[in-house]
Amino acid sequence: MGSRASTLLREEEIEEIKKETGFSHSQITRLYSRFTSLDKGENGTLSREDFQRIPELAINPLGDRIINAFFPEGEDQVNFRGFMRTLAHFRPIEDNEKNKDPTASEPLNSRSNKLLFAFRLYDLDRDDKISRDELLQVLRMMVGVNISDEQLGSIADRTIQEADQNGDNSISFNEFIKKVCL
Amino acid sequence: MGWFLLPFDNLLCIVLGISFTVGFSSLLVIVVPAVLGVSIGIRRLYMKSLLKVFEWATVRMERGAKEKNQHLYKPYSNGIIAKELSSLEQEIQELRASGTTLSSEPEFEMADIMYFCRRGVESIVDDEVTKRFSAQELESWNLLTRSNFNARHISLRLSVLWGLGLFIRYGFLLPLRVTLAASGIGLLVVLTTIVGFIPSGWLRTYLSEKIHLMSYRICVRSLTAIITYHNSENKPKNGGICVANHTTPIDVIILANDGCYSMVGQIHGGLIGVVQRAMVKSSPHIWFERSEVKDRHLVAERLSNHVADKTKHPILIFPEGTCINNTSVMMFKKGSFEIGCTVYPVAIKYDPRFGDAFWNSSKFGMVNYLLRMMSSWAIVCSVWYLPPMSREEGEDAVQFANRVKAAIATQGGLVDLLWDGGLKRGKVKNTFKEEQQKLYSKVLVGDQEDQGEDRPQEDEEEEEELEEGDQNEDRPLEDYTPRPLEDCSLRLQEEEEERGSETPMKDQ
Repeated sequence: MGSRASTLLREEEIEEIKKETGFSHSQITRLYSRFTSLDKGENGTLSREDFQRIPELAINPLGDRIINAFFPEGEDQVNFRGFMRTLAHFRPIEDNEKNKDPTASEPLNSRSNKLLFAFRLYDLDRDDKISRDELLQVLRMMVGVNISDEQLGSIADRTIQEADQNGDNSISFNEFIKKVCL
Repeated sequence: MGWFLLPFDNLLCIVLGISFTVGFSSLLVIVVPAVLGVSIGIRRLYMKSLLKVFEWATVRMERGAKEKNQHLYKPYSNGIIAKELSSLEQEIQELRASGTTLSSEPEFEMADIMYFCRRGVESIVDDEVTKRFSAQELESWNLLTRSNFNARHISLRLSVLWGLGLFIRYGFLLPLRVTLAASGIGLLVVLTTIVGFIPSGWLRTYLSEKIHLMSYRICVRSLTAIITYHNSENKPKNGGICVANHTTPIDVIILANDGCYSMVGQIHGGLIGVVQRAMVKSSPHIWFERSEVKDRHLVAERLSNHVADKTKHPILIFPEGTCINNTSVMMFKKGSFEIGCTVYPVAIKYDPRFGDAFWNSSKFGMVNYLLRMMSSWAIVCSVWYLPPMSREEGEDAVQFANRVKAAIATQGGLVDLLWDGGLKRGKVKNTFKEEQQKLYSKVLVGDQEDQGEDRPQEDEEEEEELEEGDQNEDRPLEDYTPRPLEDCSLRLQEEEEERGSETPMKDQ
């Protein structure tokens, strides 16, 4: 398990990941240890089955969607860099970062990138709009069989009605931000 | 050429002679007290000196790391992220910041998704279950490569020490231990068979007890197990069941070293089968054929018959059904708690500094595992005998099992988990997900009667271990501890040393 952890991750790689994601050195080594412990096949990448082996994730109603977020388009394996890139969205925003170089590209854990992550959980086909169907899908995942189709449909309709501002019967990213951040 | 070989021959003879003498005298020093049942205290002295060496080694490594200005890998015993405990309803309320209580109008907010999202990612970073199935990480180094995460920071002196340790462990300790183990088991088999010929009676029971105890004492010494027994007044008595947390097959030897138990298990082929068949000749152990294992009624019947007979020794059972890494206690299968006799809980806690006793059965086979055990420094553990417990009025088997489990976890300083140890190999049941969905639906539509009731129980996908039959009923999720969502951020646990700019701060 962990005995190969810090030896397989080179210092240069750690530096690169640090720059890209903003995690500290020790956080990166710790997360690498976690990555290797999940990697049962020991081939340096994680597959969807590796994630599903985590019981607490398997019982999460949105578990599959969250797992998908780690895998780039059409791929079945994620390496450590990709793993860290996705996790970076969840790093708390620090005050001293806000005043950094404004010309640098937006950090992965900026507020809008976090919201984009959540938006993508709804927007499966990546057309930058949450349609009624996509909303219904996510709702169905979250409530299981406990709510009837009609009731769920009316919840979806009401939500789109409240959030939609340009009348296209779907929710764009900007409308999403307005709705979520009040 | 004869003259050339002669001095070499002499040297060889001398070396062989010395090693035989050393080996034989050590054997004598170890076996004789084992047979007589006394302890000289060599092992404790050994343990103390080893501890001093380990501390020195850790200090050296830290110094080495500081000189090179590199980071030392330090394990976190508290987990990677800081988690707070609150329920699903509370969190969603906070998310919405509506200030009103749950209304009966269906209410959905798009931000609700953040709650599940964050919980999911938290469990990816650190979850309570998967880490129980691999060896614990140590704070200091114990000169075994298998537990060293900082291989780059070893200085010359440390390497020499490690090399010396290697030689001692593999060159001296291992052969000695293997010999001891072989003699212990051999004695057990031969003597129990002999005693089996004596007709049932006082003499046979007495001799059988003595033989079992003696063999186990030799086996304990063959592993250099240093055991401390606490509260021996609570030792299990005849007509009861002894339950303990399970870390390794060696648990059996450790408990049987101090008292006589009847074992329960499946009968194997090969060497273990021989031992099992010999043991049962002189004292009543309960071995099942493979076909009988799935038959719960047969199993329960044999166990009840055994405890009803007060002349027979207490039964030793490990209700977890599988080996866990000794940081937690997982779900107890309810079978042994249905029998209705007194239960004697025992907590076993290993000290991982001298050698990790956990058997990771997916990684190592039995022989490999035993070799690793015998080439560790020692196996140090504490055994607590807890006061006997019985099932109370109005308590069902599952609640009783959980009560016993909580007592064992508290005593041993282990985390009390509701998760099933069977998750080591099997998938979690869908009913847990359905519980979550039910809870969330309540938030959406208020506390109306659930629609879509009476879902059939999912088929069990987990492997079944010996005898215990049905899985426990699904636990209500009040016991499951959900995490808070703070605007999609996770707080990573900090080290004590690193402060200032490294400290992640909470989001507004």
